[in-house]
Amino acid sequence: MAKLIYLDNAATTKTAPEVVDAMLPYFSELYGNPSSIYDFSQKSKEGLMAARAQIGAVLGTDAQNIYFTAGGSEADNWALKATFEAYKNKGNHIITTKIEHHAILHTCEYLEKERGAKITYLNVDENGLVKLDELKRAITPETILVSVMFANNEIGIIQPIKEIGEICKEKGILFHTDAVQAFGQVPIKVDELNIDMLSSSGHKINGPKGIGFLYIRKGVKIKSFVHGGAQERKRRAGTENVPGIVGYGAAAARADRTMAERTGAEIELRDYAINRIMNEIPYAKLNGDPVKRLPNNINFSFQFIEGESLLLMLDSDGICASSGSACTSGSLDPSHVLLAIGLPHEIAHGSLRMTISEETTKEDMDFVIDRLKFIVQYLRNMSPLYEDFMRKQNKNK
Amino acid sequence: MYSEKVMDHFTNPRNVGEIENASGVGTVGNAKCGDIMRIFLDIDDETHIIKDCKFKTFGCGAAVATSSMATELVIGKTIEEAMQVTNKAVMEALDGLPPVKVHCSLLAEEAIHAALWDYATKHDIKIEGLEKPKSDIHEGEEEEEEEY
Repeated sequence: MAKLIYLDNAATTKTAPEVVDAMLPYFSELYGNPSSIYDFSQKSKEGLMAARAQIGAVLGTDAQNIYFTAGGSEADNWALKATFEAYKNKGNHIITTKIEHHAILHTCEYLEKERGAKITYLNVDENGLVKLDELKRAITPETILVSVMFANNEIGIIQPIKEIGEICKEKGILFHTDAVQAFGQVPIKVDELNIDMLSSSGHKINGPKGIGFLYIRKGVKIKSFVHGGAQERKRRAGTENVPGIVGYGAAAARADRTMAERTGAEIELRDYAINRIMNEIPYAKLNGDPVKRLPNNINFSFQFIEGESLLLMLDSDGICASSGSACTSGSLDPSHVLLAIGLPHEIAHGSLRMTISEETTKEDMDFVIDRLKFIVQYLRNMSPLYEDFMRKQNKNK
Repeated sequence: MYSEKVMDHFTNPRNVGEIENASGVGTVGNAKCGDIMRIFLDIDDETHIIKDCKFKTFGCGAAVATSSMATELVIGKTIEEAMQVTNKAVMEALDGLPPVKVHCSLLAEEAIHAALWDYATKHDIKIEGLEKPKSDIHEGEEEEEEEY
C-alpha cells in the first residue's frame, strides 16, 4: 500500500499526541465522578475546570459560559431548539442560510414542520458569501434568532461574522454561529464579534471525537436540552465526558498557541496547490472565495467527471479526500452548498474537497496533483460528456 | 462498500472506448443525476451476433463497473440472448451492489437496450420485447441551449 496522504481534515483530524497524553490519566487513574463529594473525584473536577478555562480563554470569555456537549451537532440542535422554546413568546422567526451544515438545516426543518417556526434561508453569492442587505431585509419583528455558520465545511468560505453580529445586536436579535470548522483555525473573540451562541466540536482541531461545546453568552435564557442532573450549570445533564473534555481543552489551547504559524504555512500550501490545479488542469473551477477561505480548504469542480469515481481512484493511490457528489450523500442530488453557489448539477457532481493539515507537505501535494491530473484525464477519456464536448469544440474550429 | 468484483471492474474497466461506425449506439441517464452511459455495439447483420461492445460512462464507481460488466455479458451473444442481460444479471455477475447503487445496474440494462433500439431502427427490424428507450441525454438539449 502506498503512503497514506490524509486530505480530509474537515471530516476529522488526527488526535494530537499531546492531547492523548493529557487525556490518559482520566481513564484509569483519575476516574472519579466530578459530581461526587470525596477528595478523589476533586481531581476529575479540577480537570474539567481547567479545560473549561482553556476554552474560555481562546474565545475571550468566562469559563462558565462554556457548556460541554457530545459534539457540534448536539450544540447546533440545542442552540436552535432551545432558543425557539425560550423566545417563542417574542416571535417564531429564525433566519439562517442555504449553506449551513445539516445539523442546522435539518433542525430548522424540524422546527418548521413540527413546532410552527418560520425559517428564512438566506441566499449566498457565487463564492458562498451571505449578503448583508438580504439579511437586513429578512429581519421582521418576529425574528428571534439568526444562525450563520462561521466558515463553511465544504467550500471554506468565511462569513462576515462581525458585521452580522452588529446587525443582530442593533436589532436585539440573538446570533448563533456554527463554528465547528472555524474554531481553532481563525481567531474568534465572542464579545468583539457580538456572538451570543457558538457551536464547536473537538475532533476537528486534533481533539477527541464525541465532545463539543456550546458557548452561551451570559444573559441568554435558553434552558436544558438534556434533563437529568445538575451538570453544566443544570443546562446539560449527564456525567461529564471527563477525558474528552480534558482532551478538548488541551486541543483548544494547542490550536490557539500554534494558530499563527500553522495556518500561515497551511495558507501558503493551500494557495500553491490551488494555483497548480488552476494552471495545469483545464475545465476546473475553484469553489469558494480565494481569500476569505479557511486556511486548509481546497475545493474544485472538474467538468465532465463524477466525484465518487475520482475519490475511489485517489483512494487507490492512498489519498483520502471527499466530494459533494450525490453518490457520496446517498441521494441523487449533489451538495446543497454547491447548488446554492449556483453550480449546475453536473458540475457539482464533479467536485473534490481536499482539506490539508499542518502535517501535509509540499511533496505530498505535488504527488496528489500529479495523480489528480492523470485521474481527471483518465476519467474524462471515459466520459460521454467529454466526448460530446470535444466533438463540439472540434466542429467549431 | 463495494464487492471485489465491482472494484475490479472499476479499476480495470473492460471495453472502454468507442466503436467507429457502430451498428448501434445508445445513451441513457442524465448529467443532473450524475450518471450517463453510452454503449456502442458492433453487430453482424447476418447472424445478429454482437461481435464487439464498448462503453463510455460518466458516473460513480458502480456506474463504471456495471457498464464494464454489461459489455462483457453481451459480447458474443445474439441480439435475442443480449435481451436477457437484465440489471439483475449484471448485479449478480458483480457479486451485488449497495442498495443505493441498484439504479446503476438498471442504467446498464437500459443502455444496452437503447443501443439495440438504435440498431433496430437503422435496420428496420423488430426485436422481441424491446421498447423505445425512455431517457436519452439528447432529449431536451436544444431547448436548454436556447437559454444561453
